[in-house]
Amino acid sequence: MKTAVLKRGFVIEKKKSEWRSHELIGFWALRLTLFLVLFILGVIVFDILSKGWEVINWEFLTQPPRAGMTEGGIFPAIVGTFYVTLITIAFAVPLGVGAAIYLNEYAIQGRFTRLVRMSVRNLAGVPSIVFGLFGMAVFVKLFGFGPSLIAAGFTLGLLTLPVTVTASEEALKTVPRAYREGSFALGATRWQVVRTVVLPRAIPGILTGTILGLARAAGETAPILATGAAFFLPHLPDSVRSQFMALPYHLFIMSTQHHAISQVRPIAYGTALVLLILVCLLNLAAVILRKRYRSRVAKGL
Amino acid sequence: MVQTDSNIKIQEALLQESIKEAPSELNEELANKCCEVKVENLNFYYGSVQALFDVTVKVQEKGVAALIGPSGCGKSTFLRVLNRMNDLIPGTRLEGRVSIHGENIYSSNTDVVNLRKKVGMVFQHPNPFPKSIFDNVAYGPRIDGLKDKTVLRDIVETSLKGAALWDEVKDRLNEPALALSGGQQQRLCIARALAVKPRILLMDEPTSAIDPIATQRIEDLVRNLCEDYTIIIVTHNMQQAARISDHTGFFLQGEMIEWGETAAIFTNPQDKRTEDYITGRFG
Repeated sequence: MKTAVLKRGFVIEKKKSEWRSHELIGFWALRLTLFLVLFILGVIVFDILSKGWEVINWEFLTQPPRAGMTEGGIFPAIVGTFYVTLITIAFAVPLGVGAAIYLNEYAIQGRFTRLVRMSVRNLAGVPSIVFGLFGMAVFVKLFGFGPSLIAAGFTLGLLTLPVTVTASEEALKTVPRAYREGSFALGATRWQVVRTVVLPRAIPGILTGTILGLARAAGETAPILATGAAFFLPHLPDSVRSQFMALPYHLFIMSTQHHAISQVRPIAYGTALVLLILVCLLNLAAVILRKRYRSRVAKGL
Repeated sequence: MVQTDSNIKIQEALLQESIKEAPSELNEELANKCCEVKVENLNFYYGSVQALFDVTVKVQEKGVAALIGPSGCGKSTFLRVLNRMNDLIPGTRLEGRVSIHGENIYSSNTDVVNLRKKVGMVFQHPNPFPKSIFDNVAYGPRIDGLKDKTVLRDIVETSLKGAALWDEVKDRLNEPALALSGGQQQRLCIARALAVKPRILLMDEPTSAIDPIATQRIEDLVRNLCEDYTIIIVTHNMQQAARISDHTGFFLQGEMIEWGETAAIFTNPQDKRTEDYITGRFG
């Protein structure tokens, strides 16, 4: 009897320690994956930062490329990315937010809305080069915009739409039902409910999601490749029908297409760093917005 | 989902016949007074689930009508039939006739927005908007298109006074409504409803989420308001119904078991089930 208990106790003891070591291994394996991800990210950022930092100066940011793009700055590419992002906003935000409002506030939920949602989400998985070719076929050719800021902006807008719609819908969903009911019960029409109660609550969330989508679009190369981005332009774009230079495309050229690749490598790194900083700034803006939104909710205004 | 026109017409015809044939004593007695809300043979469905069974009741003008009954008995559903809040829930369906001031509120040409202005509602959980106290009360008049600041100010003041909240908030109208206590928030919601100048106030367990002292204030308020408004209040609390209402309706599993003067219901219930519920044998 006594030995049996001991034996049992021993067996259990052994199992326990086995579990412990299993758990320990699993825990460290998971932790390792995290370190690995951080490490890769760190290497990329460090590489770009260390090699790009020395290139960036006032001249680099404010001068056009010179001497066959082997010297000078990237000013036109910065301006081009800025313009194209503005057009992306003008296209994607009203369309995306409008669609989200319709889906969440007006449409009768059922098979149709499920189908629309599924399609929108799948749109997010479409490779960006497909968006680029679609943009070329539709905006450049069919609509006759030609390779231009507007064609590229619309194409990037399409690319951001899934993010904008989904983020906006999520933001609309977080508005408590009690607010809607309270507003309806006071005799508000559906649009009044949306405008006066739902949107004010949802706008910070919508903005956050939209900015994240824009940050992604600003860094895309494939969609603008065939829709309006230019290798080199002697002057800045002067209308929405102009072609433009853009940071991601410039980076692509400088690192793979230029005739003196090794000579322009520092410029490529500088461009990469500027693009990285731009995207980080956009993400930072999203974070700040979210924080302000939270404190506003806490204050109840 | 609202029933079709032809459906309504058939039912109206049927109803008129049945009323002509057999006017119940209760109906006759109440018909002498001005009748505010008239519900006839109401059946209500959430999808395929029937929530209300053949409810017929007349609520007269002014005074407090309380609806009591165990959870899930349909009293809240009934209340939300009266301002068509159930329209917001997909898949709901209604049969029968509901009229307010003699107008069928489920006819195809009913203006739901106007109906809800006439029939205000206060919810179980205080739900002021995340705006200032002033903006909460001014909300209804503003969506009605009122912009004049002095008029708005007057409406806000009278509404807050009507809801017995003015003295507590008059110096901080621009502070967030959510900074108020639960009981104050509920009175703010009442003020917000009053600002639209309704004739009927529906209250869905307005005190179940707040403390006893705040509850008492709201009960006093309800008694004051019922001189000017018709109040229909759903309550879980039988003592509350006995304290504040003039008429009481007892719901059980979607049926209105009994309807009558509160004193009569509580001292001399006609139905065994009402008696069982009131004496605390179940529920």
